[in-house]
Amino acid sequence: MTHIWKHRLFWPLAALITLIVVNSVARPRFLSITMRDGQLYGALIDILRGSAPLMLVALGMTIVIATRGIDLSVGAIMAVSGAVALTVIDGSNDPSNLGTVLVAIAVAVLVALVLGVWNGFLVAVLGIQPIIATLVLMLAGRGVALLITGGFITTVNSDPFSYIASGYLTVLPFAFFISVAAIVALGVVERRTALGVLTEAVGINPEASRLAGVRSRGIVWGAYMLSGVLAGVAGIIYASNIKAADANATGLFIELYAILAVVLGGTSLAGGKFSIAGTVIGVLIIQTLDSTILFLGVPSAQSPVFFALVVVLVVVVQSPRMRRVIGSMTRRRSRPEPDPDPERDRERTGVAA
Amino acid sequence: MSTTTTEAVRVERPTSRVETFLGRHAAMIPTFAAVIILIVLLAGAEAFLRGDFITARNLSALLLDNAYLLILAVGMTFVILTAGIDLSVGSVMAFTGILGAQLLVSGQPVWVAVPAMLAGGAAIGLLIGVLVQYFNVQPFIASLAGLFLARGLAFVVSLSSIRVEEPAVLWLQQTRFRLGDWYLTPTGIIALLTVAVAAFVLHLTRFGRTVYAIGGNEQSARLMGLDVARTKVAAYVISGFCGGLAGLALTAYSGAGYPRNGIGTELDAIAAVVIGGTLLTGGRGYVLGSLIGVLVFGTIKTIISFMGAEQSWMQIIVGALLLLFIVVQRVIVSRSERRR
Amino acid sequence: MTADTEVPPIVDVVPPIVEMRGITIRFPGVLALDHVDLVLRPGEVHSLMGENGAGKSTLIKALTGVYSVDSGTITVGGAPRTFASTADAQEAGISTVYQEVNLCANLTVGENVMLGHELRRGRAIDWRATHAEAARHLQGLRLSIDPRSLLSTHSIAVQQLVAISRAMVTDAKVLILDEPTSSLDRDEVDQLFAVIRELRAAGVAILFVSHFLDQVYEISDRITVLRNGALVGEHLAADLPRDVLVTEMIGRALDDLDALSRTAHRPVDRSGEPLLRAEGLGKRGVLEPADLEIYPGEVVGLAGLLGSGRTELVRLLCGADRSDSGQVAVHGTTIKMTSPRHAMDHRIAFSSEDRRGEGIVADLTVAENIVLGIQARRGWARKIRKSEQDAVVAEYIEALGVRPANPDALVGNLSGGNQQKVLLARWLATAPELIVLDEPTRGIDVGAKADIQRKVSELSAQGLAVIFISAELEEVLRLAQRIAVLRDRKKIGEVDSSEIDLDGLIDYLANEGKGSAA
Repeated sequence: MTHIWKHRLFWPLAALITLIVVNSVARPRFLSITMRDGQLYGALIDILRGSAPLMLVALGMTIVIATRGIDLSVGAIMAVSGAVALTVIDGSNDPSNLGTVLVAIAVAVLVALVLGVWNGFLVAVLGIQPIIATLVLMLAGRGVALLITGGFITTVNSDPFSYIASGYLTVLPFAFFISVAAIVALGVVERRTALGVLTEAVGINPEASRLAGVRSRGIVWGAYMLSGVLAGVAGIIYASNIKAADANATGLFIELYAILAVVLGGTSLAGGKFSIAGTVIGVLIIQTLDSTILFLGVPSAQSPVFFALVVVLVVVVQSPRMRRVIGSMTRRRSRPEPDPDPERDRERTGVAA
Repeated sequence: MSTTTTEAVRVERPTSRVETFLGRHAAMIPTFAAVIILIVLLAGAEAFLRGDFITARNLSALLLDNAYLLILAVGMTFVILTAGIDLSVGSVMAFTGILGAQLLVSGQPVWVAVPAMLAGGAAIGLLIGVLVQYFNVQPFIASLAGLFLARGLAFVVSLSSIRVEEPAVLWLQQTRFRLGDWYLTPTGIIALLTVAVAAFVLHLTRFGRTVYAIGGNEQSARLMGLDVARTKVAAYVISGFCGGLAGLALTAYSGAGYPRNGIGTELDAIAAVVIGGTLLTGGRGYVLGSLIGVLVFGTIKTIISFMGAEQSWMQIIVGALLLLFIVVQRVIVSRSERRR
Repeated sequence: MTADTEVPPIVDVVPPIVEMRGITIRFPGVLALDHVDLVLRPGEVHSLMGENGAGKSTLIKALTGVYSVDSGTITVGGAPRTFASTADAQEAGISTVYQEVNLCANLTVGENVMLGHELRRGRAIDWRATHAEAARHLQGLRLSIDPRSLLSTHSIAVQQLVAISRAMVTDAKVLILDEPTSSLDRDEVDQLFAVIRELRAAGVAILFVSHFLDQVYEISDRITVLRNGALVGEHLAADLPRDVLVTEMIGRALDDLDALSRTAHRPVDRSGEPLLRAEGLGKRGVLEPADLEIYPGEVVGLAGLLGSGRTELVRLLCGADRSDSGQVAVHGTTIKMTSPRHAMDHRIAFSSEDRRGEGIVADLTVAENIVLGIQARRGWARKIRKSEQDAVVAEYIEALGVRPANPDALVGNLSGGNQQKVLLARWLATAPELIVLDEPTRGIDVGAKADIQRKVSELSAQGLAVIFISAELEEVLRLAQRIAVLRDRKKIGEVDSSEIDLDGLIDYLANEGKGSAA
C-alpha cells in the first residue's frame, strides 16, 4: 500500500478522481455518455475534446521545463499559427478543398517551428534567461498575428478545417485523437530514444552533464522547437473550433494553464525529472475543474480565482518550508535539515573547505 | 619587507573626465540610450509626419494617456530592481478599478472607495511577496497566481463595466491645469508624483539602497546584515499598491471600471521598464528611466496612430525594442562577468 | 620569513576576545564539527588550517551566525553569545570577508562600504557626508580610490580591501578573512598583508584562512589545525615546522589500506610515444604553465595541498576549463582541448572532485548514471538497448561492488563511496585510454576507498593510464609510479615514488624550491 501512495502520480491521479467523483455525485449526468449517429456525446467527451489545445501546449511545456526553462510565448505562437492557417485558407480559391487545408496546416506548423527555433536560439545560443527570451515573442507574437490577419478576425467556412476541432473519427472527436497521437509520439520519442533521459540529465545537473559529454545546446534548443510546433498545432485546433483567427483571444493565458498542468502533474519547475503521464493528468484536472466551475454556475470569467487558489496551494505544499514542517511532523528527526547552504554554489569547488 | 609594503598605496591613475564619469555611471548608459531613442522618435515623427507632431497638445496628451502605465512601471521598477518580476499588475489594475467603481456605485464615499482600491492592490502584492520570500516560489509563478486571483476577482466584483459618476474621481481626469497650450491633469500629477516619491525612496533612503543591493547580490546583501526579507516583500507590496493607484487613474481616464482592462498591460509595463534601462537581472536601473521608457512606449503608440497604421505594429515594435535591450543587457552583463 | 618577527610573542597575557569551546555541529549523517575549540586574541593573526572537509567553513559559519551550534559555547568579549544571523554577529563586532567578495558589484565603492550605515539628514541619505565617511575609511586602509566609482570597475584585490573597509565601519573587533588571497597576485597580497598588520597593531583579532603555506607563515602569529571536523592542535606559528603542519593537516591514516601492495614497483615502458603530453599548459591567475606526460599503463599521482593547482591542471588537461597557454598532444598529435566531450572523443575520461555538483545526476538511477557517458557519445537517437544496458550496469555493479546492487536506486540516495563507484563505472564504461580521477576517495568510507584503489591498480596493470589526485599522500604514494608535485598554483617537480617515502614527499611538498617560489 505504501508503494502506491508514494508513486509520483498518486496525488495528481487522486485529485483527478476526486474531482470526477464529486462531479458525478453532484450531477449524475456528468458520467453519462450518449451515442448519437454513431458518435459519443457527454460531459466527459467534452472534456477530452476541449482539452486538446491545452494538452499539446502542456506537453511541449513539460519538455521545456525539464531543461530548466519556460516558454511564455506558446499563446502567441498559437495566435500566429491560427492566423497563418486561416489566411492561407481564406486566400485560396477553394477553402473547402482538403488539399488547401493540408497546405494551410503545413505552412502554419512550419511558421510555428521557426518561432520555436527563434526561442531556442535566444536561450541555448545567446544564453538569455528563458523567461525573458520567450517574453519577447509573447509580446511581439500577437502583433505579428494581427498583422497577418490584417487586424481583423478572419473567419472561414471550410468543412475539412472545421473537422479538426469538431469532427468525429469513428465514435470519438478527432481532436481527441490528435491529443493521443501527440502523447504517444512524445512518449515514444522521449522514452524509446535516449532524449528523455538526456533532457533530464541536463535539467538536473547541467555541469555534470557537460562533463559527461552531453551536448546540451541541441537538447535545449530542440525542446523549444518542440514546444513551438505543438503550440502551432494547438493554434490550428483552436482556430478550427471557432472557425476564425482571433489574434487577441487565441491562446490567451494558455501558457499559465500549461505551466499549472505541468506542475500539477508532478514535474518540478526547477527542471529535471518530467512525467508525460503526469502532465496529461494535470491537463485533465484543469479541464475537469473548469467544467466543474462552470457547472457550479460560476461565470467562466471568474474561474481564474479557483486556479489561483490551486496554484497557491500547490506551490505552498511543494515549498521547502512546508516540506520541513511536514517532514518534522511525520518523521521523528533530531534536527531539521539545514538550509541549503546559500554559498555552496558560489564557492569555487577547488577551494571549498 | 613589511616597511616597503606598508607604504604601498593604491593610487588611482589619473583618468579623463569621461572615464571618471563612466566609472561612476556606467549603469546609466541604457537609460541614456532610451533618451536618445525618445528624441529620435520625436524628431523623426516631426520630420516625416505632418510636421505638427511635437506640439504642446500632443506632448501633454502623452502623459495623460499613459499615466496609468507610468504608475504601473514605477511599481514594476521596484520589483525588477530586486531581480524579481510582477506579472499581476495589469490584472490588479483591472480588479481595483472595478472594485472602486462598484463601491462608488453602491454609495460608498470616495474616502472609503479609494483607500479600498489601494489596499486591495497592496494586499495582492503582499500575497505575492510572501510566496516569493517565505515559500521560495519563483517570482514569475507567484505573481502568476496573483494575476489569476486579481483577474478572477475583477469578474467576481462585476462581469460587465460599471460607469463611474463620482465627481471627485472624474475631476482627476477632466481638470486641466493649463499653461498656454500645455496642460496637466490630476492623474498626470499623481503619476509624476509617484515617480518623484519612488526616485526619492530608491536613491535617498536605506530601504531604496537595500532594493538595489538585493538585486546586485542577494546573498551579499544578507551577509551585509541588511533586512532582505522585509525589503523584498515590500517591493511587491509597492508594486501592488501602484497597481491600485493605476486602477484609480484608469478608472478616472475611462470613466468606468471594466474587468477586462489591462490584459497584457503587465507586458507593456515590463517593456517600458526594460526600455528605460533597468536590467531584468536586477540591481541596475532608474525609476526616471522607466518614465522615459513609458514616454518611448507612448510616443510609438501615438506615431502609429498618426500614421494610421495597424496598432499591431505597436506590439511588434515594442517586442523588437525589448529584444534589442535584452541582448544589449546580456552583452553588458557578460562583459562585467568577464572582467571579474 | 617563517613568523613575523615584529610581533611580541607574549600575546597569551591578553584576554581572548573570542572563545569557542567544544563546538559540535551535526548535519544529517555527518558530524561536521566535533568538540572544536578556537580562541582568538586581540592584536593577533590566527590562521585556521585544514584540508577539504576539515570543518573550517563550518567553524567560521558557526562564529558568524550562519549555522547554529548543537553544543558548545561561544564567548565574545567575556559574555556568552548565540548569534541568530550575520547581522547579530556584526553587531557583536565580528565581520567576515569572504573569498568571493560578498559585496554588490552594481553599487559604488562608497555605498558598499556604508550600506546600512549611511549618514542621514532627516529621512534622506546625505550622500556627500556618506561618501566622505566612506573615503575616510578607505583612507584608513591606504586605499585612495573614488568612493563614487562603481565597485565592478575595480580589481578583486581592491574589492577585497573595500570589504575590509566595510568591516571597519561596523567597528569590527574580530575580522575573519576567508581565503582572501586566492585570487590576488603577489603585489596585491603584500598590500593586503600591510593592511592586516596595521589592523593587528590596532588590536583587531584576525582569523585568516588560506591554503598558501608561505602566506600563512608570513602573516600568522598562531595556527589552529583542523582535520575531519576535529581539532588537531593549536600552535604558535614560530614554533611549528612546516612538515609538522602538513602532517597534521593531511594526517596519517594507518589502516588496512597499507596491505594493498604498492603498484609503484611495476615498471612502465616509457620508450614509445606518451599517451598524452601537455606542454606549457596554463591559465592566467589559475595555473602557471606546466608540463606533464603519461604513458599507457602508468599511474601518475598529483600531490599538492588544496589550491596548489592540482585540480586546475587536470581540468585544463581534460577540457573542463579552457587553457590560455600551452598545448596537449594525444598519441603525438596536437589537439586543442575545448570541451570534456572533445576529451572523451580522444578517450580521455575526467571524474571531477565535486562528486555532487559535477559528477552524479542525483535524481537519475544508478543504471542511468552509469550509461550516461556512453549514451552521450552515441547521441540521443541511438539509445542503448535495455539488454546491453543491463549487461554493462550489472558488470560494473559487480566489478566495483556498488551497494545497494540495485540498478534502479536513485544515485542521490547512495553513500558517497558508492556514488564514487558509480562515477568510476560511468567513465570505465566509455572504454577510456586515460582516466583522470580527481579526489575519488575523498569523504568516503575505508572499504569503498580500498575498493577504488584496488580497481585503479588493477586497471593500470591492464594498460589503462591513470592520473590520480588525492589529498592523502600515502594513497598517492601507494598507487602512483610517478608523482608530480604542485604548490601555489605551480608544478614544482616530479618524483619517482619508489625513491621517496611519505616524510620525503611531505618535505618536498613543503620546502622544495621555496627560496625561488616566494
